[in-house]
Parts: sequence; structure tokens; C-alpha cells
Amino acid sequence: MSALLAILKRDLGVLLPGGRRGGSLLPLLFFLAVAMLYPFAVGPDPQMLARTGGGVIWVAALLASILPLDRLLAADVERGFFDQWSLRGISEEAVVSIRLIAHWLSFGPPLMLAAIPAAALLGIDGPTLRTVELGLLAGTPGLAAIGIIISALTVGLRGGAALSGLMLIPLAVPLLVFGAGSLSTGGEGGIALTGAISLLLVAIAPFAGGAAIRAAREG
Amino acid sequence: MEACRLKATDIACRRGERLLFRGLSLDLAPGAALQIAGPNGTGKSSLIRILAGLLRPFAGDVERSGAIGLLDERPALDGDLSLARALAFWNAIDGGEGAALYRLGLDGLLDVPVRYLSTGQRKRAALARLIGQRAPVWLLDEPLNGLDREATGTCAELVADHCATGGIAVIASHQHFDLPGLAELALADFTA
Repeated sequence: MSALLAILKRDLGVLLPGGRRGGSLLPLLFFLAVAMLYPFAVGPDPQMLARTGGGVIWVAALLASILPLDRLLAADVERGFFDQWSLRGISEEAVVSIRLIAHWLSFGPPLMLAAIPAAALLGIDGPTLRTVELGLLAGTPGLAAIGIIISALTVGLRGGAALSGLMLIPLAVPLLVFGAGSLSTGGEGGIALTGAISLLLVAIAPFAGGAAIRAAREG
Repeated sequence: MEACRLKATDIACRRGERLLFRGLSLDLAPGAALQIAGPNGTGKSSLIRILAGLLRPFAGDVERSGAIGLLDERPALDGDLSLARALAFWNAIDGGEGAALYRLGLDGLLDVPVRYLSTGQRKRAALARLIGQRAPVWLLDEPLNGLDREATGTCAELVADHCATGGIAVIASHQHFDLPGLAELALADFTA
């Protein structure tokens, strides 16, 4: 147990904004940049911005979740950490679960915070912002889980980062459909479905990720 | 030291389409040290990984009792952390403390980030991690690579101490390893 805590502490130290990895604020800034650019591109019509703004926030959040995937697991596989953990009886599944928590904490809550200034930039009203925030709360764990699975699958590949982005987008479509869809239907049902998809993905991720890392070891 | 044993029966190793070796058996009791010798590409590292349980043998099986400590070309230390903090991470997991730092000549390097260490210093840091793990079975893959003459001697002494306290050591190296009672296994004899 203390071993898992030590790993969680290390992961948080690496991944959280201001952490050792550097550039962990990038997804956040990227997200805000999209929200800022959108009104420039489509014009300052307040009604149009308010109608489409929620969807833009969702697309920006999805794209921002791709940025931290680069070397999320590959670095530790290459440097022998996973081998050493395995020899100590710490399963890949446990390490991937911990990495999933740290990865979500590093971009989920920060994106939810950044959605507030983004909503102001896009002229989104209070109730819509509430739906967006709840949707992000339900959806970002799912995005994190897809990200972890993909980075585990691309562990042994050169140029895995670009491929990760391409692989994440189709897998994230259901989350986007229900998450952003909850905006037009005004709520609960879409968010509940987003949460259900997220839970399923979070439950699968440690096992899929663990198996992928073990398979890469045999290769 | 906890009881340990390492026994491999009739193992074969295949990498890609090539059968590297076959029919290899070994049985190591506490205190035993074995050097696996052979030219490059004969499968020394693969054998170490099979013994560690990180690679499945193509045939045969391996029985191991006692925790396994592995030292290979990857030190598994965070490059951007100071040496002290990088080792502290493993100490927190293994429940050990910074042993043998002075003996390995690392005591003056504790606040230097791992990425600034030389190849030999990194190897010594990995040895410190291995000692802190206090595993009875040591699997060392090219432990002498990058080490200077003095550190080579220290490494041999550390392995000798480890075996004297009832540990097992398997050393894969093409270099001479100065250790009394070291058995040698020439991997070339098992080439398929």
C-alpha cells in the first residue's frame, strides 16, 4: 500500500500543473486559446456564440486532452520502471490505475476551472455553463481513460504521440455526442449517459493498459 | 536473508524468428554465483529477463523463490530528480534506506540531478537501488559497463558480500568478473 502511495506521489509530482514534466499547463492554455479564437473566426454575434459556445468548449476539451498523452507511459517503460515494479509484485494494472487518477487530476479539474473564463469569452449564460461543467465532470474521466489505454497501446512505437491523437478522436466521439448533446436537450439524460460511458472506460482502462504494457515487454 | 532458489529447466529462447539457445538448465542454491558468458547477441540479456520472469521462455520453465533484484542498462531513476530523491522513491517502495552510498562513491553526488550523472555514476546509482531493495536473488545484466577500475572492484566485492550472506547472483557479462567461486556458463554451448 505504501508503495502505491509512493507511486501516486511521484505521478502527481510529474503530471500536475507546475509539476516536473513542465508544459503541463499547455492543455489548459490550448483550451483557453481555442475559446478565445472562436469568436474571432465566426464573428462577435452574441446569440450565435451563446448557441454554439458549449459545443466549442467540448471540442476544445477533447483536443486539449490529447496534449498530455505524449510519453504518458512510454517514458517509464523505456527507463525500466515498469520492469522494476513488476519484479516487486506491483502489477501493471495497479500502476496504470494510479497513472489514470494522476492524469485525470492533471487536466480534468483544471479544464473545468478554465471553462469559466472560456464561458465568459463565448458569452455562455449561467445554466448552460452549469450543464457544461457537469458534463465535463462526467466526461473527462472517460477522456483520461481513453488516453491511458491509447498511450499504453502506443508504448513501443516511435512517433506514438501523433498516432495517439488520431486514435483518441474516434473513440471519444460517444462522449462528445452525449456530453455536448446534453446542452441542446438541457441536461440530465445526456450527462448521465456521458457518466455511464466514462465509468465503463475507467473500469476497462487499467486492464487494457496493463495487458498492453505486458505485451510490449514480450515484443 | 530469506531463503532463495533459482532453478531453470530445459529453457529455450526465441527472439523473432531466431532460436537463440535451447536445452539450458541451471539450479542455484543460496550463496551461488554464476556468470553467463558469451559473445554479443547470444541471448545473455534475454536469459536474464527470462530468469527475472519478464520474458516468457519459448520452452521450459523457471522456478524462483525469493524476491528478484534486476540491474540492467536502464537505471529506473528519474532524470530530473536529484540522486537522493530518485533513490528515495525506491526506498519508499522497498522500505530500505540509503545503504552503501559511501562505498559506491555516491555520497558527494546526492544533490546532483540524475541526468547530469555519467554512465558509470548512473550504473553505481542503480547498484545502490539494487542493494536498497535487499532482494536475495540478484540478476545483473552487464553490471561492469561504464564502471572504472575502482568501481569494478567495489561491484565485485558487493556481489561477494551478497553471496556470503546467502544470496544468489547471476551475472551476464562478457568481461572478466573477479569473484572467488564464480561458476561460468558459456551460452555458446547451448546455441541452437
